[in-house]
Amino acid sequence: MSATSPGLAELVLERKIMICSGSGGVGKTTTAAVLAMEAAQRGRRAVVVTIDPAKRLADALGLDGIGNQPKRIDGPWPGELWAVMLDTKSTFDDLVTRYSTEPEQSERILANRFYKNISGALSGTQEYMAMEKLYDLHADEGFDLVVVDTPPSRNALDFLEAPKRLTRFLDHRLYRVLMAPTRGVMKAVNVAAQAFIRSVSKVVGGEVFDDAIAFFQAFDGMEQGFKERAELVLDLLTSPATAFVLVASPNRDTVAEARFFAEKLAEADIPVAALVVNRMHPHFTKALPESLRARAETLAGTDLGGLYRNLADFALVADREEGHLAGLAEQVAPAPVIRVPFLQTDVHDLTGLGLVGDHLFGRA
Amino acid sequence: MDPAQFFAASRLVIVAGKGGVGKTTVSATIARAAAKRGLTSLIVEVEGKSALAAMYGKPVFSYDEVTLAEADPDRGVAEVRARTLTPDEALVEYLESAGMNRISRRLMSSGALDMVSTAVPGIRDILVLGKVKQLERAATADLLVLDAPAAGHAISFLESASGLADAVRLGPINTQARDVLELLADPARCQVVLVTLPEETPVNELVETAYQLEDRVSVSLGPVVVNGYYPALTGLNADPTNAAIEAGTSLRPGERKSLLAAAQFRRERMALQREQVARLADALPLPQLRLPYLFDAELGPDQLDLLASSLLTGIDGLDAAPTPEGQP
Repeated sequence: MSATSPGLAELVLERKIMICSGSGGVGKTTTAAVLAMEAAQRGRRAVVVTIDPAKRLADALGLDGIGNQPKRIDGPWPGELWAVMLDTKSTFDDLVTRYSTEPEQSERILANRFYKNISGALSGTQEYMAMEKLYDLHADEGFDLVVVDTPPSRNALDFLEAPKRLTRFLDHRLYRVLMAPTRGVMKAVNVAAQAFIRSVSKVVGGEVFDDAIAFFQAFDGMEQGFKERAELVLDLLTSPATAFVLVASPNRDTVAEARFFAEKLAEADIPVAALVVNRMHPHFTKALPESLRARAETLAGTDLGGLYRNLADFALVADREEGHLAGLAEQVAPAPVIRVPFLQTDVHDLTGLGLVGDHLFGRA
Repeated sequence: MDPAQFFAASRLVIVAGKGGVGKTTVSATIARAAAKRGLTSLIVEVEGKSALAAMYGKPVFSYDEVTLAEADPDRGVAEVRARTLTPDEALVEYLESAGMNRISRRLMSSGALDMVSTAVPGIRDILVLGKVKQLERAATADLLVLDAPAAGHAISFLESASGLADAVRLGPINTQARDVLELLADPARCQVVLVTLPEETPVNELVETAYQLEDRVSVSLGPVVVNGYYPALTGLNADPTNAAIEAGTSLRPGERKSLLAAAQFRRERMALQREQVARLADALPLPQLRLPYLFDAELGPDQLDLLASSLLTGIDGLDAAPTPEGQP
């Protein structure tokens, strides 16, 4: 890769938040770690938040899955590199504790079974907490740059929606109905609702509903704090201090996902700051795949035929990959497109991260 | 092993693997291979938005069943059908069948499923699996291929039945969960086929998923499918100049370098792939089926046919060589 990419280097130097997004398996975690490392090499104090790193990469970053606090990674850089693995549940617990009006309230909530389900299993909770953690670290004076790797979400933009999700959940009229039995005035109005609840409890079991009601009762009064916080997080995500880095691999499916993602970002008026394409096959020749293949066929059965066949194979792959990328690159223009070649080994140490960094920042 | 015998081992095949390894390709391939042996198959999707329809050259489908490939009785080829299962629609269907027509629509329109599924995690999964079980019971096709959610989620997806059987002790959900557990635990009815790429991280994750599935969901594991394995090619070690002399021709300017570089790249990738499948065989005592990497073009009906033939050849060879290469 000979082209330099000043765009990405500037982002790493100037932005305060970088969010790596894309579908599963395209190298988001690695890219996020490399961006943070590059910032440290350029003298900044950077922290990377990872969601679910492959085990060996986590080991390399010193993340053993314990604790929700950043750990410092030592290395030959003038700045600082920190890493933290997101612990969804304890991040949520911290949030509840922060907004409780009294210690008893948070205790009641933290012990509630329904809350345990929300903090562990409500779809969008992981995304929400990733953004929460990001906000928290951004507010920390100790860091200049927070890089976050987003969960491999099925719905590409869950994490943008995530902060709003819980507050919407709390606003849902059904929960108002659930709360009704404790608010005498509404009781009469809700005969139909009560019948509805009875039917639902028949399906899922009554105790489940008792837990839910207890949760909403305990939560009462905390919604405002949560809502305000959610708005702050959303403001931050859409501010010019934040850069969205789209990560993809050059396959039809992952490019389609990336295009969908870019579209959604555009709808939210958020520009894609850079596009990183991992696992690109090399270009070995400028010859047309068809002519190479024709030559392979006339030479079939010979060693040279095999060699031409192989060259034709890779020429086809390279063409196909560029074909997939063309539309995506146009869609995210003028964002720089950075191609990272297929690496011979998976990245699982700082040396490997450095190697990817060389490709990302035009030094390879 | 005779492919007919292989496909008859269980009516339900659950295809699972990490995102990006080609689960959907493998699901499509298994169905196509079964069809070539005269077995009707139904592919069940749970995530939507997949490339499955395009692979069969058909428009996108949803909850209603569609035919992806017609039967060709003259050639002994059966049809391939597909449908998408969503928790919301499965719930409505389920409630209606349980005689709760009135509340089912309201549940949908009020978005209450969100709330109920928060109160009872796993309920979305059990609704989908419950519907799969119903399809299996009804023997709606000779083979049901379930394209499962990506790996991490696949475990919680399959675990939902045991979780719910404990959490909800009575009532229809409990019955549903127990029925699904029974299905998953019966190797004569269901097996899981795990998919990976011959690369380090996907192999590690497959091994981890396999052990977790074994520990946490007592489900029977079928062969592992290694997707994207580079096919062998002659001449990769040859010197281009000598090979040209041997073939009685000459190279065009600059071609020697390109041919050498491309051959070296392929040799190195193939060595890495061999290393990874050997590592997989060491870590996991399951037979491996390999699908070739397709340099060709996009996956369409022709490529799918090629993959299906390759899968059938692989299955044929399972008995003769149950241990993969690199193994004693």
